[in-house]
Amino acid sequence: MTRSVKRTFAVFVEDKPGVLNRVASLFRRRSYNIDSLNVGTTHEPGVSRMTIVCDADTDTARRIEANLYKMVNVLWVDDITHKQTIDRVLALIKVNCDRDQRDEVLKICEVFRARAIDMSPDRITIEITGARDKVEGLVSVLKPFGILELVQTGTVAMTRGVEKHDLAHPTVPASRNDAA
Amino acid sequence: MTPANPKLKNRIGESLSGAQIIWEALVREGVEVCFGYPGGAIMPAYDAMIQYPVHHVLTRHEQGASHMADGYARASGQVGVCIATSGPGATNLITGIATAMLDSIPMVCITGQVPSALIGSDAFQETDITGCTIPVTKHNYLVTKPEQIAPTIREAFYVARSGRPGPVLVDITKDAQQQSCVFEWSDDEIVLPGYRPDYAPLPEQLEEAVALIKAAKRPILFAGHGIIKSQATDAVIEFVEKTNIPVACTLLGLGGFPATHPRNLGMMGMHGETWVNKAIQDADLIIAAGMRFDDRVTGNLKTYAQNAKKIHIELDPAEINKNVWVDVPIVGDVGEVLADLLPHVEQCDRSEWLDYIDEIKGDSAVRDIKNLPDLGKLYAAHVIHDIYRFTEGKALVVTDVGQHQMWEAQYYKHDYPRKLLTSGGLGTMGFALPAGIGAKFAQPGDSVWVICGDGGFQMTQAELSTCAQEGIKVNVAIINNGFLGMVRQWQEFFFGGRYVATPLLSPDFVKIAEAHSLTGIRVEQRSEVEEAVRVAEATEGTVVIDFRVEQEDAVYPMVPAGANLHDMIQRPAAPNQDHNPIFETGEDE
Ligand SMILES: Cc1ncc(C[n+]2csc(CCOP(=O)(O)OP(=O)(O)O)c2C)c(N)n1
Repeated sequence: MTRSVKRTFAVFVEDKPGVLNRVASLFRRRSYNIDSLNVGTTHEPGVSRMTIVCDADTDTARRIEANLYKMVNVLWVDDITHKQTIDRVLALIKVNCDRDQRDEVLKICEVFRARAIDMSPDRITIEITGARDKVEGLVSVLKPFGILELVQTGTVAMTRGVEKHDLAHPTVPASRNDAA
Repeated sequence: MTPANPKLKNRIGESLSGAQIIWEALVREGVEVCFGYPGGAIMPAYDAMIQYPVHHVLTRHEQGASHMADGYARASGQVGVCIATSGPGATNLITGIATAMLDSIPMVCITGQVPSALIGSDAFQETDITGCTIPVTKHNYLVTKPEQIAPTIREAFYVARSGRPGPVLVDITKDAQQQSCVFEWSDDEIVLPGYRPDYAPLPEQLEEAVALIKAAKRPILFAGHGIIKSQATDAVIEFVEKTNIPVACTLLGLGGFPATHPRNLGMMGMHGETWVNKAIQDADLIIAAGMRFDDRVTGNLKTYAQNAKKIHIELDPAEINKNVWVDVPIVGDVGEVLADLLPHVEQCDRSEWLDYIDEIKGDSAVRDIKNLPDLGKLYAAHVIHDIYRFTEGKALVVTDVGQHQMWEAQYYKHDYPRKLLTSGGLGTMGFALPAGIGAKFAQPGDSVWVICGDGGFQMTQAELSTCAQEGIKVNVAIINNGFLGMVRQWQEFFFGGRYVATPLLSPDFVKIAEAHSLTGIRVEQRSEVEEAVRVAEATEGTVVIDFRVEQEDAVYPMVPAGANLHDMIQRPAAPNQDHNPIFETGEDE
């Protein structure tokens, strides 16, 4: 058995009522712990794309994939954990910030390539997009100012290359190396 | 595909109500009988039913309807159909749906739903039944428009019966049943973009399997439910007769490979035979065909079949490496895979391995209750073995859940597939009588025996009334031990003998039968068993036999839950061997 690591799945599903519920229900029922789940439409009509991040070892990951494929509304599943990907989280962070602190906060934003999108005499709202650790980094630096509110999306991810959605059966597991 | 029923008028292109379209679609899918219970939200469908050549069986509870559809499907291999109203009607189906789901039984459940405008308003008898059944169906649908009814029902049958089968629920709003549209029907192949149940084995994995089989000295083949579903009995027999590999069956695999075949060792697992479990622990190769390494067959996974390489032939890739880590997975139809392997495996006599198993078998056989004297008592195992003898092993047996279920599996030898129906995965008490009724509709020529406990029988005994109303015949053998026997046994073994909530007071079952104008028989002595079985077989109409068996008898051998497969609680050693009524009469097999 391999170690559990954070896995990212790109899951293409039919854009029909209840599909999100079915997918979430599968993870709940089989006790696969979801870190984050994101869903939105794609450029293809009728197709939505989910990005699901969860903890799993190699075997569990394969079974998650196989179980997803068993669902009638799931079109294509790609475990992109070990592929070259672009992963992004978007966060909005509202922090305490009076006039004297403004420069400092804005400088921090610059370093993190975040943007101030709203401001009032005693607070500032910042938008950041980036990999999860970068967002976490910004949050920890802003904490001392006093975070008033924070909202963030789960990860959305995409591979760098062009993925072909072939209809072979990618969930058939390989034999163990030491067999035969 | 089933040819359209000749009694069906061609109404394609006509304007029909959604209610009519439901039956148009069901009949075109080959449905001749369905099991159900009416109510407000499904009344339009019921009203349209009389125009169609479908026999509807009115059950006494919707759980009965779903178990009947399940029994029908198990006995026939066809999709079983049940129908119920919204709200409580639909929720009452759920136990039967979950039972079918865990045993991969193809079933289509039609439920009425409140009018679409009222959905989400907590309307009278509104339940989100598609939401409720997501985890216990293979798929489900909510239909709110008449035009969606025909294609959805067609798709539901396709999903239910293809790949690894399972129950599919179609929830249809009342307004969709009432509105009309032009009826259209297509017989084209169904292609669902996200659903591909057709797995073919990979050639390199077949080769690896052949190499493992060639190298094996102590191989064993597991015959699971998949053998029966894929109609692979002949393929297994051919494979086994060529390779001489002994076979162990799962509970649901019984009958998939003939019980009396010399290579059949018997059942494995918690109440499997000692020699079977021992052989598994000693094997150097397991070929698991159409089974899923349930915890009831493996016991402690850490010590399970440690010396064996494992080949897993299975249709569902999600089952591979789920419980047991396998060396060579082969994803595909088990019959096809065995046929693919057959020309590449070698003939072999395997006398050393087979002799070894015979030796361990000899030791257990003397403890076998079948070979023990009755000492004037009525033992459940004797009753079941006698039913086996007097029905000549040809009955279609449907069991409930508990001790009698395990004794049936041990003492009724099934030589044919689809002649033992039992709730293996979910272990649903109350299954037997309704499933037996469903099975009788599927196989009217068979002698159907429902074997159940006094507890389980009372869960669904109202369906006796269905038997009476339908005028159909099943023989019901109640193994009446005055306890919830299997739970009592666990209390005896693992809970200090404290019989909490297991002593069971029952009504007079003979009178219950008579109250339904059916025949009731009471049996208290071994000597009366034969007569009772013969009378039951000869009597028209359903017969209930109340077998008053020993109350505190236990099923042996037993692997306690989670224990090592080789650490079985053995049958107690034989008492006084010289009075053996079976040996004396020479009536045994
Ligand atoms: C619906 C349901 N409830 C509870 C159980 C737990 N259970 C398993 S076996 C058993 C006892 C069955 O007693 P009985 O029907 O008399 O059969 P016996 O074991 O005596 O043969 C019980 C309560 C179950 N399997 N199904």
